[in-house]
Formats: sequence, C-alpha cells, structure tokens
Amino acid sequence: MGREDARHLLARTGFGGRLEEIDRVAALDRRTAVERLLAGTRTEARTPPPQNVDEWIAPRRVRDLSDDERKMFQREQVERGLALKAWWLQEMLVTDSPLTERMTLFWHNHFTSGLQKVRSSALMRQQNVLLRRHALGSFAELLHAAAKDPAMLLYLDSARSRREQPNENFAREVMELFTLGEGHYSERDIREAARAFTGWSIDPDSGSYRWRPFFHDGGEKTVLGATGRMDGDDVIDVLLRQPATAEFVVRKLWREFASPEPDEAEVRRIASVFRDRQYSIRAALRELLLSPAFWAPENRGTLVKSPVELVVGTLRQFDVGVADAAPFALLLRALGQDLFAPPNVKGWPGGEAWISSQTLLSRKQFAERLMRVDEARMVPAMNDAAERPRLQRMLRQVADLRFSAQDWLKPYEGREADLRLVLLALPPSQDPPPVHGMELVRALVADPVYQLK
Amino acid sequence: MNRREFLAASTLLLPSLGWAQSNERRLLVLIELKGGNDGLNTVVPYADPAYVALRPRLAVARDQVLQLDERCGLHPALALLMPLWQAKELAVVQGVGYAQPNLSHFRSIEIWDTASRSDQYLGDGWLGRALAERPAPASFAADGVVVGGNDMGPLAGTSARTLALADPERFLRQAKLVNPAGVGRNAALKHILKVEADIAGAASHLGSSVRLRTEFPAGPFGNAVRVAAQLAANPAGVAAIRLSLGGFDTHQNQPAIHARLLGELATGIAALRSALIETNRWDSTLVMTYAEFGRRPQENGSMGTDHGTAAPHFVLGGRVRGGLYGDAPRLDALEGGNLRYAVDFRSVYATALRDWWGMDATRALNARFDPLPLVRV
Repeated sequence: MGREDARHLLARTGFGGRLEEIDRVAALDRRTAVERLLAGTRTEARTPPPQNVDEWIAPRRVRDLSDDERKMFQREQVERGLALKAWWLQEMLVTDSPLTERMTLFWHNHFTSGLQKVRSSALMRQQNVLLRRHALGSFAELLHAAAKDPAMLLYLDSARSRREQPNENFAREVMELFTLGEGHYSERDIREAARAFTGWSIDPDSGSYRWRPFFHDGGEKTVLGATGRMDGDDVIDVLLRQPATAEFVVRKLWREFASPEPDEAEVRRIASVFRDRQYSIRAALRELLLSPAFWAPENRGTLVKSPVELVVGTLRQFDVGVADAAPFALLLRALGQDLFAPPNVKGWPGGEAWISSQTLLSRKQFAERLMRVDEARMVPAMNDAAERPRLQRMLRQVADLRFSAQDWLKPYEGREADLRLVLLALPPSQDPPPVHGMELVRALVADPVYQLK
Repeated sequence: MNRREFLAASTLLLPSLGWAQSNERRLLVLIELKGGNDGLNTVVPYADPAYVALRPRLAVARDQVLQLDERCGLHPALALLMPLWQAKELAVVQGVGYAQPNLSHFRSIEIWDTASRSDQYLGDGWLGRALAERPAPASFAADGVVVGGNDMGPLAGTSARTLALADPERFLRQAKLVNPAGVGRNAALKHILKVEADIAGAASHLGSSVRLRTEFPAGPFGNAVRVAAQLAANPAGVAAIRLSLGGFDTHQNQPAIHARLLGELATGIAALRSALIETNRWDSTLVMTYAEFGRRPQENGSMGTDHGTAAPHFVLGGRVRGGLYGDAPRLDALEGGNLRYAVDFRSVYATALRDWWGMDATRALNARFDPLPLVRV
C-alpha cells in the first residue's frame, strides 16, 4: 500500500507509527493490513493494576469517620483516582495493541461514567476492564453489561431508582446517547423505560450489581411500540432491534476513525453489516477501515488528535521512557481530557472542540518542552503547579524522562524527508525554516498540522 | 409617540451607547448554570399551595425563603443577592424557556447557545453571530472570552475573535508559541489557524492584569469571577465574557447540592459586583444567567428532580431596572408535568443586543423578539 497509506492507518487506528512500523505495514496490501490489525487485539491490559485501587469501600465505613479521618480519606481517594488514570495511560504507552486502547477509550466516551460522581476508583477500573474486554466484541453484549455495570448504576442514578417515582436519568441517556440518538424516541418512551429499569441496584457491602425486586415496577410498559411486563434487559433488546441504533454507533465510529462528516449511504451499508453480524464491532470496523472513504486523500489529516492521541502518540513516537505517567494524566486534564472524568454523560465532544486558545497553547508547550527534554529536565504538567505542593513533589520525581534526540534521529540520517512523513499527516501549513536535525523536528511539531491525524 | 415608536427611534441613536464609544464600553457577562437549574427552588413560589404539594420533601420552607414579594422569594443560599435586589439592580425574569421544549441537556443547551427554534439546527453561537456582525474595536483584546472551560458555547463557530482563558498571565507567557501563518487546507486546520490568530491578536493587546482589592471566593468559579473582573478592568477590553458553574443536574440528593451551588453563585456574583464597582465598571456591565432548562415541578423518588422546562433567570448590573419580569410559574397548568414558558429566551438575548449594545437583534437571532424593558438608558 505504500508508506503514506501505512502512516494513515497507524495514525487513525492507534497512536501513530514509528518509522520502522510504517515501513513494515507499507509492504502489506490494505486488506491484509486491516485484517492483521483486527485479528491481533488484546482484551486485557498488560500493565498490572496499582495497589489499593481495586479496593471497594462500603459507604457505611465512610459515614462513621471523624472530620479529620474524612479529610484523610478524601485525600486518599484523590490519590487513588490519579493512580488509576496513570495506570491506563501507562497501558496506552506500552501496549502492543493500540487499537484495543483506542476502542476502550471510544467506549469510555460512549458509556460514560466519571469519578466525580461514582467516587470509587475500584468501580471505575472495573468498568474500564469491562470496556476493554468487549472493545472489539459484541456491541449488544457490551450494552447489556455496561447498563448494569455498578459504576453506571451510580453515575446515572439507576441504583436508587424505585417504582414509586422512577428516576429517568438512565432511561433518557441510554436512548439519547448509547443507542438511538436524539429524535428517535418520545418523552413517554423515557418515562415507560424508566419504570422497566427500576430494580437494578448495587450491593453496598461488595459494590457489585444486585437485583432488588422490591424496587422494581413489574407492570406493563410500552416502549417504542413494544408492550409487555418488561424489565431493563427487555427494554435494551427493544433498543437493539431499532435500526437507528446501529446507524448511531456507526456514525460515531465514522467520526472517530474516518472523517468529520459521515457519508450517510455508507453509514447505512456498514450499519446493516453491523446488525447482520450480531453487532460485531470488529465486523463494523472492518467495513469502515476498508471503505473508500477511509482511504480517500481528501479525508487525510481532517481529524483533530484527541489529547490522549497527542500525548501518548508523541511519547511513543519519540520513544520517551516514562517511569510514572501521573504527571501526564494531569497534563491530559489541562488539555481537556481528564481520563475517568469526562465532563458529562455525553462525554468529550471532540473534533474542533479539542482546540481552544487554552488547550492549543498547552498542547504546543507540551511538545516544545518534550523536544528539549535532553537539554533541560522537563516539567510536564503546566497548570497550577506552583500553588500545589503535592503536585510539585510529583513533578520533581518525574523529571526523569528518558529521551535521547541523537539516538532517535539516527534512522533518519540521509532521509530527512521522512521526518515529514512520520510527523505530519499533511504537508506543513507553512514551509519549515531551512534547518536540520532536531531543529527541523521542532519546527514540524510546532506546525498546526501536528495537531491533526 | 408610543413606546414602540420611541424605541424604534432611539435605536437609531443607540450605537453611541454601545462599546464603540471609548468611555462607554459596555460589557456583557453570561453565567451558565450547567446541568439545568431547579428554578422552583431558586425563585420559590412559596405562597402557592401546589408548590409544597408537588415537593413534599424538597420544598424550601416558607420561613426560610427570602421574600421578593407576597408570592415568591429567593432560596436562602442566595442571601448575597438581596442587597442587589434592594438596590434595584437585580431583575428576576420568570418563566424563561421556549416552545416545544427539548429535555435533553445537550440538545437544549445547543438550542440556547445557537438561539434556534426547537426544530431548527444552527451551527454557530448567537453571541458569536452578534459579535461577528458588530465586532468590538480592533484595540480590544477579543470580542468574547470564555473564562474557565474550553467549550465556547454561545461564542462558538463564527469569525468573532474569541478566546478560552483560565489565567491571563499564563496566557501571555504561552502565547509566544504561536505563529499564525500558513494555509488551512481543511476545516480542522482552518480552525486551528484561526485560534492561533486570535491568540496572537489578544496577546498583542492584553496588558498585565490589574490588581484588585476585592477578595474572591476560593474554587474554580471564584477564580473565573476574578479573571472576569480583571478582564473587565483591562485597558484593552473585551465585549463579552462567559462564565459557567456546573453541577445543577440534581437528579438525586438535591437539597445540599443545590444550596451549595446557589451559595457559590451568589458569592461569585457579589464579588464580581464589588470588583466592578471598585474599577468603575459596574454601570457598564450587564450580567445574565442562563441554563438549558429548569427542572420538573414534581420531585422524584431520589430526593431530586428530573429534567424540566422553563425557569427563572437573573439579569443584574448597575444599569438594570430591578424587579420581577415574566410570569410566575403556573403550577396548576403544567404540560406533561412541566411548566409552560412565559418569556422566550431569545427575548432576554434581544434585551442584551438591542437595549444594552444598541444593535439590531433580528439578524443575530434570526427573528424578531421583543426585549424586556429592564435596562435603564
């Protein structure tokens, strides 16, 4: 397929390719490359979980704490949350299956839950493990599992919804954001579905899912034309029978991998394959990655890198050794993508919204400082470090990033033109100055095109 | 001359009242209450027996309400707004909403941000459209600034010069990293180049921040209020600022959460007023709150409220004609369990555009809306 195609595939489905990876993939044809990519995906992280993060803390244990103990507890929770973010980031930095992490992040942004409300690193990690296990599996299974996932039960208030006055939060979002999309259901559908979802709850002692028959409304409901004494799983099956569901998910995959403007005819075609193949995510991705639109020259470099893609992609590209990813988790927050803490249930809006004056400057500063890391020790997290001693302490610990510009540049000796191919999805927006080596790398990374994939 | 003719005639003279004139730079500050604020527990219809009936557990106790008149009053956490009310600088507009309300957070805030009808999809923000049509003077650092947060909301997607900013000092330090030249080959690249140009433009005008004596509350909203006050005081100037306070989506355990949020809002507004008085800008600033919707009159089973429709909003400033506007909530005439609206939200926008900035609001709002008579000329 050639090296431009190889760079494109690696940038769009992972965290970008290094020169040797691009050369390797370039030797394959498109179909073979896509099949290999889809065949070799992990379903479990290789990075071991950090200590204490998986410990469920029963709410009653917190209720009895004194004020001081409570403060200490809250501090500990913040540390655990940060350790959790660093864990995932570390996995993205070292994984041999970048597509798995991209899809896990895609589902995290679809079946959103956040530490702000769930307040348990254990439940958030458990959800992350679930999303990774199904990342390229069956969307139908994933939807059923994610709906009853304890973090989700807390995030969208299902856990406390009772038949007397059902809470509509989950019923609304499962239709609007997880399956059908806005405009494909009525307020009445939401009210009826909310009744069906009552009874899904969690066990406060273990933090796991628990069915509470006394909370459940066992009466007849009508949702999207289907009538019966339905429970939550029945409603989810009704949602999976709607053609709008497959189209909604495919449209979102399109914007993640192909271009900002989905081609509706193609969306319908891929969605019908998606449904025919029992909602196989792998099958839908195969169709998408082999569609002419994915490879079309006019769609290259039209997507904005998410903060995760920018940071992980840059660290992987430059082969930067990262002992502790926590400072980069804080950097991601400054860039607008705080892992495990999306802004709301709709997730990160993405696309051009990633780039504001504030985030663009922080993106540029990150890349600029990283390029100079072998000259001066890097201080990667830029925000409010001065006011926060804990953060400062950590920044000092991390100052130990390993990056050698000289080693990195070696393969480019005599082929400096390849720097553009590797670093930029399109020709630079302005001609780089007549410089060489690291100076040229800095100029290319500073170009606005570096923000695109 | 009747009122309408008078207003039409005065519109011709109004441009001199806008920010174009050097010593009368009128600032508009928007505060978004993210998640949908519970209007009935913000401006409480305490005298209506239906209120307590709908909210047996959530109703604000009558003796706690800060009375505005014999029918309604503010939530006690808004005590710091009472001095503004007494000074007649606070307008409370009741029943703000729109026809065929949408109860999705995301669709409804899009309707508010783009000033569209419920069935109409517009791409860009209403304030951005207005500022693109009537840009601030070139000497201004920007047309509009979002302080805290990166979502541009009503300022999104037009040629207006906009910024997202958390800390002006850091902004100035970082701004030298941009070099806005080059060609935008696609929409994403064009967007990035425009952001770079806006950064460079703002950085070349914005001087260092003014030191203020006013003390600001701690926390993100307090910080954002401080930055807004500093931008208002900056000689370079901006025409509009958008702040936001999040967490109003109170499906569960509402009483404590809502009281804390309203307290934060009132403390922030009080600090903003004090700083603007200190820098002599209170009379040239108009502050307005907005949100995607209010909440359901009937409480739910989790000590919370679900998504609703119309809600009251605050407009305040040194030139505001304080008092109650719009209509009190009709709890006896709900529609699908939700309130009917009394004032189209675009009338509130029209008030800012026409009576505050002296511009024709029809273009930016895509239709004619009657402003509310709450600005003193």
